[in-house]
Amino acid sequence: MDIFFDYFWAFVLGGGLCVIAQILIDKTKLTPAKILVGYVCIGVVLTSVGAYEPLVKLAGCGATVPLSGFGYAIANGVKTAVEEKGLLGALTGGIGATAGGITASICFGLLASFVFSSKPKR
Amino acid sequence: MNEKEYSKYVEGRAKKSPILKNCAFAFLIGGTICTLGQGFFHLYTFLGMDELDARTLVSVTLIFITTLLTGFGVFDNIARFAGAGTLVPITGFANAVASEAIDSKSEGFIPGVGAKIFTIAGPVILYGTFFGAIYGVIYYFITLIWG
Amino acid sequence: MKKSILKFKRKPKICASYSVVGHMEADGPLGKQFDEYCLDDKFGKESWEKAESEMQRRALCGAIKKSGLIDTELDVLLAGDLLNQCIGSNYALSNFDTGFLGLYGACSTCSEGLLIGASLFSGGIIDTCATVTSSHYCASERQFRFPLEYGGQRTPTAQWTTTGAGAFILSDNGDVEICEGLVGKVIDKGISDINNMGAAMAPAAINTLKRYFLESEHSPEDFDLIITGDLGYEGSEILKELLLDEGIDIRKNHVDCGLMIFDRDRQDVHAGGSGCGCSAVVMSASIIPNLASGVLKNVLFLGTGALMSPMSLSQGGTIPSVAHLLHISHAGGK
Repeated sequence: MDIFFDYFWAFVLGGGLCVIAQILIDKTKLTPAKILVGYVCIGVVLTSVGAYEPLVKLAGCGATVPLSGFGYAIANGVKTAVEEKGLLGALTGGIGATAGGITASICFGLLASFVFSSKPKR
Repeated sequence: MNEKEYSKYVEGRAKKSPILKNCAFAFLIGGTICTLGQGFFHLYTFLGMDELDARTLVSVTLIFITTLLTGFGVFDNIARFAGAGTLVPITGFANAVASEAIDSKSEGFIPGVGAKIFTIAGPVILYGTFFGAIYGVIYYFITLIWG
Repeated sequence: MKKSILKFKRKPKICASYSVVGHMEADGPLGKQFDEYCLDDKFGKESWEKAESEMQRRALCGAIKKSGLIDTELDVLLAGDLLNQCIGSNYALSNFDTGFLGLYGACSTCSEGLLIGASLFSGGIIDTCATVTSSHYCASERQFRFPLEYGGQRTPTAQWTTTGAGAFILSDNGDVEICEGLVGKVIDKGISDINNMGAAMAPAAINTLKRYFLESEHSPEDFDLIITGDLGYEGSEILKELLLDEGIDIRKNHVDCGLMIFDRDRQDVHAGGSGCGCSAVVMSASIIPNLASGVLKNVLFLGTGALMSPMSLSQGGTIPSVAHLLHISHAGGK
């Protein structure tokens, strides 16, 4: 049953975060790029005040897969790094914690550009 | 009609995006992507990974799938319905990177792909890292004072 | 009042026209009437920008061939497209042995070219000329919006850039003549939404039509059709509504090339087609042949252009617009 609730909350919170962005897109003049940046920044801020951790505990990937989870990873990485290395950790922790995602997407992107070409649209 | 009146008139008459339908699709598809991520997460932890690594690998997996779908020209067709449902999860980030990379090939691999790959990814990384660094500095001094 | 309608004393004839389109347009309601189409939109080239040039080259060659002239007989080439600095036309026409004037009027370029060609002809300065304009969905999407494979949603008022090139040859024989012209003024009503270009362009069309009917002896009923370039659904409705407020009723005979070229119910193009190629291919494939055969006797053609640049858009600037008018008639049997 626990497993069921894991998936249930992942679906609901993940979907809910998307709905908030959808309303912002449709109702305001915010562009998708601004929304992505906003989500990451809000993720950092919420994590730093301790408000995001409970969401991750509850919904798992429902909180970490949306881009606010990217901010969560940055803030957590920074926190751990500061505890280990002091002030220098403020500079190394953020990118370090998200290195996997960033490196994967730019490397896959580059590989994709070797293989694929854009197609005519309809 | 002056500019203000005209803008008001235009905005008043323009057909609005079907927000209920858009939100429904965003919820369903966004929720599905996160649930899929949760599935991978369970799989990876079941295989013995620790939680932090499993989360990173979930992101990598979703990024890989998105890049493939983008390359085959399928992703934009899904996003047409999904809207924020594919934008907000890590899939939106990966699609922005991959679509820029594929599209800028005609401008060469260094100035084209190399620079354009960060058109949308760049701001996300920049501001995320920036706020993270600020948080780090604040956190450092807080622990110093209250240690 | 100062007269601004250009009444052509020596009326140029449109002796040939030729259209080349992409797969969406070939699949649309006018599909069978276009002279040439390409299913992958690449026209055998490696980039979308080169494909646009190739399309324009083919359109011009086709029109010249239809007219029975050879390219050295042409006095001047007038051409333009949607790419930065008209590079599409510059490449397309680089191997023609004729003088070239590059034009930029965004989606109004087709009417701008015909207007300039007709003026030069009427003044007796030239005897033949060719005008050609083009736009390519993939090339302009990259320039003005997002990469092609980027996943995003469009609003209902967004328009779809036409992939197509249309060419016209002006000379002194043929059954379609250009009688009058009116150069549009740049109108900026403060619209900055690239996904509602119809609303940005409608005020320019309103301004030009109002000036025309104020000065001319003609009224809207004298025309079989009043054709706008690419206002799309939204812009067309605004045009008809606001002109009616001014006492000019064009509801019966107004058509829009952006609405004619695609089937909005079947094709996912939102408010309709746009782009330099839109009015060029619709005029070339549908309107001009009907004028030549006499099915249509008198039409007004307004090319409407949204004059933004990628830079102005990224700075959040407004979209100035312009609409050039041409009065085109059936000339047979006179």
